[in-house]
Amino acid sequence: MKLLTHNMLTSHVKGVTKGYPLLIKATEVKVNEVDFNPQFVSRMIPKLEWSALVQAADELGHRQDLPVELVPEYEKNEEFLKKVHRVLLEVEVIEGCLRCPESGREFPISRGIPNMLLNDDEV
Amino acid sequence: MTSNCRRPEHTAPPDLFYNEVEARKYSQNSRMIEIQTQMSERAVELLNLPEGQPCFLLDVGCGSGLSGDFLSEEGHYWVGVDISTAMLDVALDREVEGDLLVGDMGHGMPFRPGTFDGCISISALQWLCNADKRSHSPPKRLYTFFSTLYSSLSRGSRAIFQLYPENSEQLELITTQAMRAGFGGGMVVDYPNSSKAKKFFLCLFAGVTGSLPKGLGTETSDRAVSNQVQYSGQRCRFKGMKGKSAKKGRDWILEKKERRRRQGREVRADTKYTARQRKPHF
Repeated sequence: MKLLTHNMLTSHVKGVTKGYPLLIKATEVKVNEVDFNPQFVSRMIPKLEWSALVQAADELGHRQDLPVELVPEYEKNEEFLKKVHRVLLEVEVIEGCLRCPESGREFPISRGIPNMLLNDDEV
Repeated sequence: MTSNCRRPEHTAPPDLFYNEVEARKYSQNSRMIEIQTQMSERAVELLNLPEGQPCFLLDVGCGSGLSGDFLSEEGHYWVGVDISTAMLDVALDREVEGDLLVGDMGHGMPFRPGTFDGCISISALQWLCNADKRSHSPPKRLYTFFSTLYSSLSRGSRAIFQLYPENSEQLELITTQAMRAGFGGGMVVDYPNSSKAKKFFLCLFAGVTGSLPKGLGTETSDRAVSNQVQYSGQRCRFKGMKGKSAKKGRDWILEKKERRRRQGREVRADTKYTARQRKPHF
């Protein structure tokens, strides 16, 4: 699971109103090289929850010294975009689990695929 | 009955039907691969994404990632959701570029509002019309799916579903639930007269579609004479009515029928006889 996907994922267990951000408990993290596309990264930045991204990257130990606050005029700052690209698309959680901050429900991640299936009583 | 038995939805629920044996077909059977790729191509064409812009897309029922491969080729980034772990394992072996999730469409899409620039789904939606467990209610599951999908799409984006509807009631159920969730749009049928090549695509629009109008001053050539009033001679006959049509007119009746259809009532189909004047009787 890439951190871009994690930034968009919420918990959809019954009764949970916010369920965001999911806490990552990773036992295995991998870095995969992906082609850098500055246009895509700068398009995605406004959609991100910046604080959640920084927090998640920090937990995995791949923060790449990203600032706590989003820098202004990031579109032209290629060095910054490269860092964001690395955190968003290259760092992947392979094994571990995601924990819903509200209900405490855990979603296991195996072989890089989070299992978001719910039980009958959680729908 | 024989035709019914050939539908995989009737044999087992999707998480059981797509086992290792069935999943392997999707990486080896060249005919299956060809059909899947063709349908993905058409679905992406219907998505009408802005040219030359990398988009973030959702693939519902991504399976082994055949449709996703096509998205990656076009330079887009995608997230795939599927209920069958065997199919996702095949996708992992094929080293697809998108991110994968195990999830049930009927439980809703677990994403933040406005995440995706579009959604495609190839041969998956018809599975939602089956009640595989006692707790499953197809209309409810369809509604949950469509409403959560609507919120996870950005406004102005589209969702294209290729599906194999069993009958017209099923199709109607699907479209009604999609409209209830706020989507606009309808069905596109490719090659309607061929039994083999016929393909159904449900095209749904989230919010208004269309590109942002250009700001003034960016191009000056073709708006030189617009400081005069246009159409000053036109009569404003229905001035006070704003958006509404004249009462008892054809438009008014069509609007009313559409409104009732949206409420889920039984309404006769629109024909050339709708709202036609009757001849005078004595």
